[in-house]
Amino acid sequence: MSAEVPPDAQSAVLRLYVAGDTPGAGRARRSRLDLIEALHGKVAIEVVDIIDRPDEAEKAGILATPTLSDESVVPPRRLVGDISDVARVLEYFGYLKKDSAA
Amino acid sequence: MTATEERLIDPVLERVKTGIEAFDDLVMGGLPRRRTTVVGGTPGSGKTVFATQFLAHGITDLDEPGVFVTFEESPADIEVNMASFGWDIRGWREANKLAFVDASPRDTDQMVVGDFDLAGLLARILYAAKNAKAKRIVLDSITQLFDHFVTDEKAVRRELLRIATALKKEGLTVLMTAERNSEYGEISRHRIEEFVADNVVILRNALDRERRRRTIEVLKMRGSRHVEGEVPITLVSEHGMVAVPLSSLRLEQQSSSKRVTSGNAELDKMSSGGFFRDSVTLVSGATGTGKTLLVTNFMAGGVAAGERALLVGFEESRGQLFRNARSWGVDFESMEADGRLKVVCLYPEAQSLPDHLLMIQELVEEFKPDRIAIDSLSALERIAPETGFREFLISLTSFIKKREIAGLCTATDKSLVGGHSASEQHISTLTDSIILLRYIQKAEFMHRGLIVLKMRGSEHDKQIRRFTIDGGGMHLGRPVEGAPDVFGGSVANVPPAP
Repeated sequence: MSAEVPPDAQSAVLRLYVAGDTPGAGRARRSRLDLIEALHGKVAIEVVDIIDRPDEAEKAGILATPTLSDESVVPPRRLVGDISDVARVLEYFGYLKKDSAA
Repeated sequence: MTATEERLIDPVLERVKTGIEAFDDLVMGGLPRRRTTVVGGTPGSGKTVFATQFLAHGITDLDEPGVFVTFEESPADIEVNMASFGWDIRGWREANKLAFVDASPRDTDQMVVGDFDLAGLLARILYAAKNAKAKRIVLDSITQLFDHFVTDEKAVRRELLRIATALKKEGLTVLMTAERNSEYGEISRHRIEEFVADNVVILRNALDRERRRRTIEVLKMRGSRHVEGEVPITLVSEHGMVAVPLSSLRLEQQSSSKRVTSGNAELDKMSSGGFFRDSVTLVSGATGTGKTLLVTNFMAGGVAAGERALLVGFEESRGQLFRNARSWGVDFESMEADGRLKVVCLYPEAQSLPDHLLMIQELVEEFKPDRIAIDSLSALERIAPETGFREFLISLTSFIKKREIAGLCTATDKSLVGGHSASEQHISTLTDSIILLRYIQKAEFMHRGLIVLKMRGSEHDKQIRRFTIDGGGMHLGRPVEGAPDVFGGSVANVPPAP
C-alpha cells in the first residue's frame, strides 16, 4: 500500500473515539496502527476512551463509537463504524487520491 | 383521594410524579420508577412540554435532579421555548439540578460505514446523570436519533434498548419522546414503543370541526392499571400542561339538603323552598323568554341573602348585562362595588373549552362564590365538537357540586315555541333541576310560560305557570289552563327525573 502524503500531513492530528475494551474498540485500535503505517508515521491518531473521558465525548458531541475524527477542518470530518479499510479511510480524509488508490 | 382509590395503586411499583397532576391520577399516582415511558405525538402535540414538565416537577418540588438529552433543539432553544411556562432552565443548570446532553445536529461531515454502537451517547448520559445526581432522564426525541443514523435502523434499535437497560440499572426513570406521522395511525415511527417501552403515552393535537383538540391517552402501562381513553389537555402559560379529566363520573359529591333562594319568591315556592345548595339548575328556553332575567334574579337573591355571587357571561357584554339588570330593578354596580358580585364576560371563541373550564375554576378559587351562573352554555356549545362539550359539562357540573356551590346555567332553544333542543338533551341528564321557559300562544296573544320540569331529590310544582316581566322583574301568575302542547316536544326529549 502506498499513499500520497500531503505536505502538511505531519501536522494533521486525528482522534479516535472508542468505548472501553469492546471487540469493536479492539478492531479500531488495530486499524489505527494500520493507518499510521500506511502514512509512514506522518500522522498522529490520538485515542480517546470515552468511558474514561466522557467529558471529551460531550465536548465533541460524539454519539457513536468507534468514530475517527479530523477536528482540524471545519466542520469536523468524521467516520463512524468500521475503519479497517485503510484505503477507504485515507480517501475519506483526503490523504489518498482516488486515482492512486486504483 | 378515597381509600378505595388508594388500594388501586400497585404497591410494587414506586411512582414518579410528573407534575401534570390530573395525568398522575390517570396512571395511579405517576410513572413507575426505573421504567421507560415512551411519549408519542405528532409535531406540535406537546411532547417537549410534557418531558420538560416531568423534569421541572422533579427539580422544583421533589429534589430529584434530571438530565435532558436533546436530539433536536439546542439547549439554548429549549431554554427559550420553555421559558413561557415559567421554567427557569438556566437557573437549574447553574444550580446543577439539570444537565443537558446536547445531541442536537452539529455541523459535522459524517459518514457511517459498518457496525457501530452508541456507547458515546450512553457514556455522556451516565456522566451527566452522575454529575447532577439525576433521578429522571428525558430523551427528546428518539425519532431524530434514527434520522441521524438513517441507514442503520437495526443498530439504533439495539443500542436504544441497551441504553434504556443501562439507565434503568442505574435506578433512573426514563422518558423518551417519539414522533408520530398521524393522530390515529401507527403508534410511532420506527415502532419504538415495541422494543423499548414499558409504558406508552400518546399526545394528540387533532383537528376536529376546524378546532384543535389536545388530548392525552395512556395506551399501555406494563404491570399496572391505568385509566383508559383520551383526556383533554391544555397548555397554560406559567404553568405547563394541564389535563382536564372526567373526574366527576365518580359522583362523589355529597348531597346537601340545604336550600338557597332562586332569587324569586314564587319560584322558590314552586320548588319547595328553593334550589339545593350543591346542585346545578338548567334554565332552558328560546331567546327572549327570560333566561337572563332568571340569572339576574339568582345573582341578586344570593347577594341579598349575604352570599357571594359569580356570573360568567358568554353571550352579552358587561354593559348589556348591567343595563338589563337595571331595567329589572337590580343594581349590579353597587353589588360589585361591595365585593359581593363578580361579573366576567368573555367571547366563547376567545379560547378552547378546556381553557374556559380552567378559567372558571380559577375564578371560583379566587372569588370563592356561594353561587355561580353561566349564561349561556349554548354559546359555548357552538365552539366545541360534541364530545368535547360533553366532557366540559361533566367536569363543570362536577366541579360546581364539589365546591358546594349553587349553579345556574342557561341554554337557548333554537325554536321559539317548544320543540327540540340539542343542548337540552346533552345537559339535562347532567343537571339536577330543569326549568323550561316557553312562549305560549293563546288566541291572538303570546304569553310566557314556566315549568319546573325536574328537581332531583325534591317535590316541586308541576304546573305550567304563566309569567310576566316588568320593571320589578319576573312575576309568576296563575297556571296556564288548557295550554297548547308547546312543552310536549321538549318534554318528550328530556329523561324524567330519577
